[in-house]
Amino acid sequence: MTAHLKVVRAGLFDTLQDLGRIGFMALGMPTAGAMDRIALRLANALCGNPAGAAALEIGVMGPDLLVEAESVRVALVGPLSPMLIETPDASPKPLESDRTHLLKRGQVLRVGMVEGSSTAYLTVAGGFALPPFMGSLSTYARAGVGGFEGRKLAAGNVLPLSREQAPPGDERKLTQPFDYGSGPVRVVWGPQDDHFSDKGRRTFIESDYRVSKEADRMGIRFEGPTIEHSKGADIISDGIGPGAIQVPGAGLPIVLLADRQTVGGYSKIATVASVDLPRLGRLLPGQVVRFSPVTVEAAEKLRRDQEARIQRAIADFKAARPLGGIDLARLYEENLIDGVVY
Amino acid sequence: MSVRYLSCGDTAFSVEFGNEISPEINGRVMALHAAIGQAKIAGVVETVPSMRSLMVCYDAMATSRAELEPAIEGLIARGLPTDMKARQVTIPCCYDDAEFAPDLAEVAERTKKKNKEEVIALHLASRFKVYVLGFMPGLAYIAGLEKSLYLPRRSQPRVRVPRSTVAIAMDMTTVYPFESPGGWHLIGRTPLWMFDQRREQPVFLAPGDSLSFQRIDRKSFDRIAREVEAGTFDWAKLVRSA
Repeated sequence: MTAHLKVVRAGLFDTLQDLGRIGFMALGMPTAGAMDRIALRLANALCGNPAGAAALEIGVMGPDLLVEAESVRVALVGPLSPMLIETPDASPKPLESDRTHLLKRGQVLRVGMVEGSSTAYLTVAGGFALPPFMGSLSTYARAGVGGFEGRKLAAGNVLPLSREQAPPGDERKLTQPFDYGSGPVRVVWGPQDDHFSDKGRRTFIESDYRVSKEADRMGIRFEGPTIEHSKGADIISDGIGPGAIQVPGAGLPIVLLADRQTVGGYSKIATVASVDLPRLGRLLPGQVVRFSPVTVEAAEKLRRDQEARIQRAIADFKAARPLGGIDLARLYEENLIDGVVY
Repeated sequence: MSVRYLSCGDTAFSVEFGNEISPEINGRVMALHAAIGQAKIAGVVETVPSMRSLMVCYDAMATSRAELEPAIEGLIARGLPTDMKARQVTIPCCYDDAEFAPDLAEVAERTKKKNKEEVIALHLASRFKVYVLGFMPGLAYIAGLEKSLYLPRRSQPRVRVPRSTVAIAMDMTTVYPFESPGGWHLIGRTPLWMFDQRREQPVFLAPGDSLSFQRIDRKSFDRIAREVEAGTFDWAKLVRSA
């Protein structure tokens, strides 16, 4: 293996994730997968990868990656302020996020902090050359499987690339950051909304809930008014879908996300509609949400509309200026082409 | 009891066959799990059996709840198979060592048995069935423990239970796939790994398996443990198709 990205400085929670390990929940295997599937898909599309290729999910702060390949095209999607270090003693230069960059051997990409979201994504054109586990590259750290050795990246790790050099092609960018929406988080009642009193259900949809510090890939524990049960918090364990909102005896809701267990024994008042799951995957401790009920049919329609917007965002990708190159598209757009040499 | 369809958002719903743990209800869950697998309904991504319900996960881009619910009602109305073929699985278990079975004496005392041997004999005589896997990959809830061994979970869970420990609680037994915290009573250890990512099928047990334990001595335990560790153990000899 001659082409790879070397982690010269580790971030905080960098794991490889794809669209999830599908089909093994019956064996107790969580799906894992990207917390924000929209950003993952946009990053893959920018790089020309299949939608479900594995990306590096950046949690809070990303790594410094040294290019040990002829060249590599990366796409960064999310609220990042990455830097490029061209030679070991050069000062870092700012790069844009939400676009691709062509990097050369010896350059270091400093991914940096994620601002205003808990996750961002880095993909490489052609993907990472790692073996899937049970059909997926998603890291599930609790069992130590998938991704890179089943864990988050550490300094010195070497991520093998499928391509020796970047495929030919132009750099591309998003026209604008994807709009995840900002209203209440849409939820569908159930599967155990009948375990709660009318008062409890009202409390749930009429109160502000704050993301506590206990928030990770498994789920988010919220703080706020307690939700009253009518039939008790315990049930005979049943399946836990993505975004299930379980309410243990203490009455505070826990939204279960990518690394959630497959079955559980607490009553679940509602489930986050799939359209808003990527928003949940981006929440930071201290942020406040409201939950608002919709029907299954409405949630399905919202999801289809969102899918159309994702497709549109991909169709609207624009050419982006290569590093040190000329942004022809921008020149044409701004009508500066006659007379001014950029 | 009638079947209930419970929403789990817009990408899954649960088909609930009752509100109790019974072999009949779990049998219907497993039969629907198999029937949906065979029917290959477009848009169904996977199904997740538990004690009394089956969660059906679907791709909201390929189908909808309004299409799927009648399709599944149709499968149930046509009659679910009642003669499900179960795998017969044997799990070797060493009960001898104090290191493996720290709770054996307490279980014997609290369930008013003559001695540890009587507890072991009842565990070996139990006809078990794997109801559900979950909580962690490969952890099986295996019901069918002899009724006279029924004990609630320990009031103080242990922080660390070694991998492959065999434990009992309520009417169930289990085998820990990883070292983990645990509140069950520890009565033995198998040299097998319930989860081994090197294997093509990393999870050994599956819901619906019939299961019994076979007593082995410490010498056999060590020999099998070496083979499992080396990846040379012949797992197929533990499984028969009924």
